[in-house]
Amino acid sequence: MSFINQTKLKIPYPIMNRTFLAAAVIAASATLNLGAATAINGSGATFPAPLYMRWASDFKKVDPNVTVNYQGIGSGAGVTQFTQGITDFGASDVAMKDEEILQARTSAGGRTVMIPATAGSIVLAYNVPGVQPGLKLTRAAYIGILVGDIKTWNAPEIAKANSGVNLPNLPITVVTRSDASGTTAVFTGHCAEVSSEFTAKVGSGKSVTWPVGVAGKGNDGVTALIKSTPGAIGYVEYGFAANNKLSMAQLQNKAGNFIAPSVESAATTLASIKLPANLRFFILDPKGANDYPIVTFTWLLLKAAYADAAKGAAVKAFVNYALTKGQETAPQLGYVTLPSEVVTKAQAALETVK
Amino acid sequence: MDGKSITAGSSGALREYRPRPDFFRAGCWIAAGVTVALLGFILGEIVVKAWPAIWKFGFGFLTGIQWSPNRDLYGVLPVLIGTAASSLIALLFALPLGLAIAIFLSENFLPHPIRQTIRFVVELLASIPSVVYGLWGIFLVVPLVQEYGAILAAKLGFLPVFAGPAYGNSLLTASLVLALMVLPTITAISRNALIAVPPTLREASYALGATRWETILGVILPTAAPGIVASTILGLGRAMGETMAIAMLIGNSQRLTWSLLSPSNTLSALLANQFAEAEGIQVSALMYAALLLVLMTLLVNIAGEAVLRRAQRTVVGLK
Amino acid sequence: MTHLSAPAPRNFFTQEGTKTSVLRLFRNRFLTGLCITLALFTLIPLFSIILLVLKNGLPLFSLSLFTQLPPPPGLEEGGFGNAIIGTALMVGIALTLSVPLGVLAAIYITEYAPTSRFAAAVRFVAKLLTGIPSIICGVFAFAVVVMTTRHFSALAGGVALAILTIPTILLTAEQALLGVPNAYREASFGLGATHFQTIFRIVLPDALPAIMTGVMLAVARAAGETAPVLFTALFSQNWIHSLMEPTASLSALIYNFASLPYAYQVKMAWSASLILVTLVTITNIAGQLLFTPKHR
Repeated sequence: MSFINQTKLKIPYPIMNRTFLAAAVIAASATLNLGAATAINGSGATFPAPLYMRWASDFKKVDPNVTVNYQGIGSGAGVTQFTQGITDFGASDVAMKDEEILQARTSAGGRTVMIPATAGSIVLAYNVPGVQPGLKLTRAAYIGILVGDIKTWNAPEIAKANSGVNLPNLPITVVTRSDASGTTAVFTGHCAEVSSEFTAKVGSGKSVTWPVGVAGKGNDGVTALIKSTPGAIGYVEYGFAANNKLSMAQLQNKAGNFIAPSVESAATTLASIKLPANLRFFILDPKGANDYPIVTFTWLLLKAAYADAAKGAAVKAFVNYALTKGQETAPQLGYVTLPSEVVTKAQAALETVK
Repeated sequence: MDGKSITAGSSGALREYRPRPDFFRAGCWIAAGVTVALLGFILGEIVVKAWPAIWKFGFGFLTGIQWSPNRDLYGVLPVLIGTAASSLIALLFALPLGLAIAIFLSENFLPHPIRQTIRFVVELLASIPSVVYGLWGIFLVVPLVQEYGAILAAKLGFLPVFAGPAYGNSLLTASLVLALMVLPTITAISRNALIAVPPTLREASYALGATRWETILGVILPTAAPGIVASTILGLGRAMGETMAIAMLIGNSQRLTWSLLSPSNTLSALLANQFAEAEGIQVSALMYAALLLVLMTLLVNIAGEAVLRRAQRTVVGLK
Repeated sequence: MTHLSAPAPRNFFTQEGTKTSVLRLFRNRFLTGLCITLALFTLIPLFSIILLVLKNGLPLFSLSLFTQLPPPPGLEEGGFGNAIIGTALMVGIALTLSVPLGVLAAIYITEYAPTSRFAAAVRFVAKLLTGIPSIICGVFAFAVVVMTTRHFSALAGGVALAILTIPTILLTAEQALLGVPNAYREASFGLGATHFQTIFRIVLPDALPAIMTGVMLAVARAAGETAPVLFTALFSQNWIHSLMEPTASLSALIYNFASLPYAYQVKMAWSASLILVTLVTITNIAGQLLFTPKHR
């Protein structure tokens, strides 16, 4: 009898009590919302991600009761998660296809409202030692590079338009996207519109199979790869290239002029677009003389009616901030301020959200 | 009587003892059952989610070369080749190195403290998270492979394995880092196998006049061979399942290529990159790939365990 | 094997036999040198990793790393306090699920029915589960938790990590329980204790140090894993409010920030690596030193 008492250690029971207590606390906190803050979650395109994340952190100062969490994981994932009801709002460079809107109606339980939040241009950024920014690429040149017909930087198609530039005999590394991306969709949409060879060899869409090159994840992954690989060229949103001091190519537009990417040249293109009622429009090959050829809006996807009233109000407040004060931050990060008619139409659409 | 008996309680007072169901034993049985069921649950869930793709693509999935979500074409042959190639190349580097370290740790070439340090170092290598290997690989290994790969492609580019252009994020980079990650597994199991060889065999060999290395190569290694083979197989299993470092280093390309210096992909990296954004049939296709991965790693691990068990039985018999 | 046949007689007065002896001696020394070189060669990559982690991770090291939130791209101040808390939270959830399950299952297969076919099956399945790639744990947790609860959550991340740690805890607990001398059990039964009392008051406390070692090794592994939390807990730029929302973690932070083109975020990834590697190493060492098993 005394043997058992000696060996009976005091440990098991207190540990059991503590474990149960910890389990109870965790179970309680799962349902408890610590603090009065409303948290809204969004995910989607990496194209506007720097801007949305900046808006999220600025908006916290405007309304400390709302925390906005945006994760840039690619337009494809953003739309999927939004239609499945996993996030409160989505973001996509290609808005949503009709089938996706239908699916959102059935699984997320309601209509979707697409609101253009900002716009930007897609550039071809490159890293060639010794070559200055502003390399002129004709349509034949950049399509040829992307399908793999042009393999080195000193190829005649590139040299023709750039007399006086010393192009090295360096192999071209094309950098593309590994994830499903609205940026890819817009970019390949333009290339397919411009070249039937591109349509045949690559096609267009959020996720395509490129015949050459390495792939990075997100606009940021592609930027990092271009920065670290001599001889690389890839497609990224203008802000990423500008903020990381990448050299950008001047692209030949439909009118035959070489236009350098900038907030102004993108704004010129945007000014000629008239948005339809559902605010979804893509301009694949603008006609104007000074238009930069690859420009797109990017949309925030919201539910028409939110089950949780607090969340609905928080989302509306955030998007309203984005459409008003947020537009001033946009050019700092390389995005285009929305034209005022677009803002008016967007705010009207926002009003329909409950 | 009637099944009840009198027994002494802890305070000394007499109490009736009624046989009660042992709840604790039942709880333990349930816990054990849940563990076994977990494997079935995982496999079942994956098969269910993969079924649409299995039905649609069948075996063509394994031989298809195109992975184009926008055209609904899914084939994982390049990815399977990438998985096999990266694992085998990693083993190619890790096996000699791991074996050398295991021999070093089981013999007394150098004093005990140095051996303990090396053992500690190898364990430390094993505990470093995969992402940190990836981060290190991005900033150290990628530029190295880019630089020397370009030279390799220039000199030996006529061989399909070294065909240029040389990318930094390539099969070679991922395989090198993978070799480092698999090294501790091979070392630990091989060392156990070498130590388990009975001292009598070693002494007999010395008595016959063999030098130390003749003993190692002629007696100890052949005896420990099953254990070393087991370590290789288990290392292979670990290599196939490795995800993060590979996803960060391999270049993520689904193109069929025979060159070590080109970007490639593995099953696990494919899942890591594409899973979050897949929809519709792409989810099924990725689940099909996940099923292939699970089956491959299970088979390899079962084989490894079987060989290991046989190795342990052989040595026991020798004593 | 020709080596094992009687070697040529070493007669140093005549020349016969000495040439082969010198050759054998030389080969012996050469192989020893090669072996030592290769063994020391492993130190190079490890030192390289540790050096780089220290060199790139220390500059940013300050208290703000623990108290501030990750900055949006372009801004250059901030920390990853939420990631540290997130990792701790998810590992905690994983342990809450896997330790009871693993230990109780181990008790069953060592105490109640050690020779049954069921126990053999449990051991076999546990070994197989250790080999499951961590990404599969994440995929499974996504399908089962995220899709049904319609949220990325710390809970889903914890479940994925639990699947990862259950087999390790089960196998180490089994070894720990087997290490308890049978004499203790027999003495306990002899004194009239029930099976439950024996296990709970004698066997388990005795095996507890070894079980704790196993738990700490599992913690070290779970804290460093990325694939299971990647699409279950996703990531977050904010402090945690509840268990049912996307949660940051150290490993996801390193993965996300490693390939960003912003130098500050990359430095944060290195600092996070420093903290993670330190944490994992200390946990591993502590687990093996603090809880020395009572019986060998």
